[in-house]
Amino acid sequence: MASLSRRTAPALAPLAALTLALAGCSAIGGGEAAPTSSGDPARTTVTLVTHDSFGLSDGLIETFEQQTGMTVEIVQPGDAGALVNQLVLTKDAPLGDLVFGIDNTFASRAVEEGVVESFTPDVPAAEDAAQYAVEGSDALTAIDFGDVCLNVDHAWFTEHGVAEPATLDDLTRPEYKDLLVVPSAVTSSPGLAFLLATVGAKGEDGWEAYWQALVANGVKVSEGWSDAYYTDFSGGGGDGPRPVVLSYASSPPFTVPEGGEEPTTGALLDTCFRQVEYAGVLTGAANPEGARQLLTFLLSDEVQADIPTSMYMYPVSSAVDLPEEWARWAPLAQEPFEVAPADVDAHREEWLATWSEIVAG
Amino acid sequence: MRAAAAGRGLLWGLAVAVPLAFLGVFFAWPVVIMVARGFVVDGALDLSGFADVFSRPRTWRIVGLTLAQAGTATLVSVVLGVPGAYVLHRRTFPGRAAVRALVTVPFVLPTVVVGVAFRSLLVDGGPLGFLRLDGTFTAIVAALVFFNYAVVVRSVGGLWERLDPRAEQAARALGATPWRAFRTVTLPALTPAIASAASLVFLFSATAFGTVLVLGGLRFGTVETEIWVQTTQFLDLRAAAVLSVVQLVVVAAALLVAGRTRSRRERALTLSEPVATVRPLALRRPHGTPPGDGHALALGAAALTAGVVVLLALPLVNLVARSLRTPDGWGLDHYAALAAPADTLGVTPLEAAVTSVRVAVDATLIALVVGGLVALVVSRRPRRAVGRRAVAGLDALFMLPLGVSAVTVGFGFLLSLHQPFGLDVDLRTSPVLVPVAQAVVAVPLVVRTVLPVLRAVDPRLREAAATLGAAPGRVLATVDLPLAVRSLGLAVGFAFAASLGEFGATSFLVRPDRPTLPVVVFRLIGRPGEASYGTALAASVLLAVLTAGIVAACERLRAGSPGGDW
Repeated sequence: MASLSRRTAPALAPLAALTLALAGCSAIGGGEAAPTSSGDPARTTVTLVTHDSFGLSDGLIETFEQQTGMTVEIVQPGDAGALVNQLVLTKDAPLGDLVFGIDNTFASRAVEEGVVESFTPDVPAAEDAAQYAVEGSDALTAIDFGDVCLNVDHAWFTEHGVAEPATLDDLTRPEYKDLLVVPSAVTSSPGLAFLLATVGAKGEDGWEAYWQALVANGVKVSEGWSDAYYTDFSGGGGDGPRPVVLSYASSPPFTVPEGGEEPTTGALLDTCFRQVEYAGVLTGAANPEGARQLLTFLLSDEVQADIPTSMYMYPVSSAVDLPEEWARWAPLAQEPFEVAPADVDAHREEWLATWSEIVAG
Repeated sequence: MRAAAAGRGLLWGLAVAVPLAFLGVFFAWPVVIMVARGFVVDGALDLSGFADVFSRPRTWRIVGLTLAQAGTATLVSVVLGVPGAYVLHRRTFPGRAAVRALVTVPFVLPTVVVGVAFRSLLVDGGPLGFLRLDGTFTAIVAALVFFNYAVVVRSVGGLWERLDPRAEQAARALGATPWRAFRTVTLPALTPAIASAASLVFLFSATAFGTVLVLGGLRFGTVETEIWVQTTQFLDLRAAAVLSVVQLVVVAAALLVAGRTRSRRERALTLSEPVATVRPLALRRPHGTPPGDGHALALGAAALTAGVVVLLALPLVNLVARSLRTPDGWGLDHYAALAAPADTLGVTPLEAAVTSVRVAVDATLIALVVGGLVALVVSRRPRRAVGRRAVAGLDALFMLPLGVSAVTVGFGFLLSLHQPFGLDVDLRTSPVLVPVAQAVVAVPLVVRTVLPVLRAVDPRLREAAATLGAAPGRVLATVDLPLAVRSLGLAVGFAFAASLGEFGATSFLVRPDRPTLPVVVFRLIGRPGEASYGTALAASVLLAVLTAGIVAACERLRAGSPGGDW
């Protein structure tokens, strides 16, 4: 006995101390904010289900909370694609009251599965939003949009004495061999958007041949946007080898060097696909009224004006001003390529399977 | 007497029931519900998915690739890791603790970060671009070895440092060459630890997800990446369910093989205190010893290990270097940004680090209780064959969380934890779920760490205590606990580190409004602008430093005590 305790004491003491110290900063034990107001929590809390990239500038959500007396909870269960599928799976017991971030490549699925319910907000911006409405349904309200476009590194092209490409077809020409990197359409939503741009440009019969030409011309496929932009792209700060990357029309303003005047990159506006992000009241929401108020708030001038700086998208509202650099350096495409959401939903798997075969060889 | 037996039964019953209930609610039930979704169509069982999925050539290619990637990575990890275990656990040299901590860091780095660190080395024009490895099978295997080297070093090293040297000395005295003595005496004694490590490496590699996606592009994939694509992108639950079953079969087979290899060798070991076996590593042959004393062998192992450590350090150094690069040269700007509110995240990376630590504390406590109980139960050797089989089954069962897709578990949580058992709580959106999910992953690590020590307890000690009148609880407290507690430091370190770096399960939970550090890294890296990218890299370095610090601290905690299985 004695010898055992003598041997263990030195081992036990620091362990016990550690346990005590650690228990002091436990998360479960450490004051979880309980709803302070009395009354039905379903009515005083509104839960927003959204994707990884959601965020608003400090104070905006608080403004809404002060105006309505409700508490906003935000849950973010994954990227845009996973989000819709999770909502479909949990249809009978929704994860929250309002969803934000369903894009036009998944909108049809959300509507058809009945994940969201009919609602039209009563604010001026609703009219602007209406032009992006999903055909045959008013369950989703457009909040913001953006163009997914090829970006070029100006410096690289100047240095190598090569003219910058301008169109999708240019990328299949010999002088642009091995210069393009795009994220995978299977694992990244901008990647899928670019695949759809090519479907929109070349038609359902022509896009496969186009991709075969891209592959023959040495297109590189990376896993996600950040991988392509920061590792493979020469203008993303990582000094990668490729001067053409798939990104957004809004990316160039972020490459204005400190103290500089102009961005070092530019978007090719004839290569774009327009992504629209929607919000909708979840079917079976515990607090549908709160969801409607929050959705209406997302279309308010305050939030709409904040969207470029916080979520890097363009507001649907025509009443708010864009940040100055955006107005100068991030123009939108005049004629982005389009594919109807219903078509996307009907063919997504087939297109992705074919695309994988073409690209993986 | 009868009351004592009943009490003992109740105690063991509880020790089995608590972990089983935990695993059942937070692992088995969600997985079963999720897989069942894929097999039940309109209320009827539909197994046609098997025929369908197996008729796709892609499925066979993916299964083949999974086995090839995991098999190769396991082989390479073992071949490199065994000499590493010798050098880092059987020899001393200045800076050993730092090297040990360094090789552990990759194991807990988020895969997004490893992807960046690796790919920017391998990409055309990168420091190792001339090797032309970007997007190749070799790159994936290299990354898997990068992750898992520490697993082999620790498992094997932990046993090796307390292996009684006398058997080998006897062989040498009888004229065996050092190599022959190693092959015929030491290696067989190490086999259980090697098998155990190999099975862990195989499980980690076969279910690798982010690394394979980032490094392999489209051409390479694992069953795990395929499940992820089918579930999150296509919502093809039928295909995902079939693939989950395939994965389960592969994992179970691996565990079975490892279990066999382990148990066949496990008993004949005499262990001693590490103090008696660990010698300093000297570059010169110690004065007065004859040639052929194994010095060359030791030097060879040291050289190989030094090479491996340099290779492991390359991506890490690359990461640190990139985190220090600012638009105007070198600087600490990105580190300063860690404390600044990154406006739309709602938290600063530093606050996220605090959240990570707090969550990891809870996860570690849960994992210690559950894993400790499992290890306790599994360490018994019942006399009857049925009992022995049950114990072995329980052991394998608790390894499964390492081998089942995080997507399946994550989506399973969504389906099963809304008002579980009719309780009026929505666990899906509860903050409790994050540490619980991380604990599920950490439990197998705790078991593998504590179990070998408990198994090494001579049963005669317990019997003697019982004969002297000690109640079962007292036997545990006076015989098992003191010995086990010495391996707890290591278990705490690993559970903590694994939880700190955990991303797969956490990213699927719906409650990261108080995000952990890996989640913040992931979000920052997905934003435009070099500043947020730099902050993401700095945050990754912070995560690595935190991890290395904790592992090193726990090494100190267990100083002088026998290590565990890994």
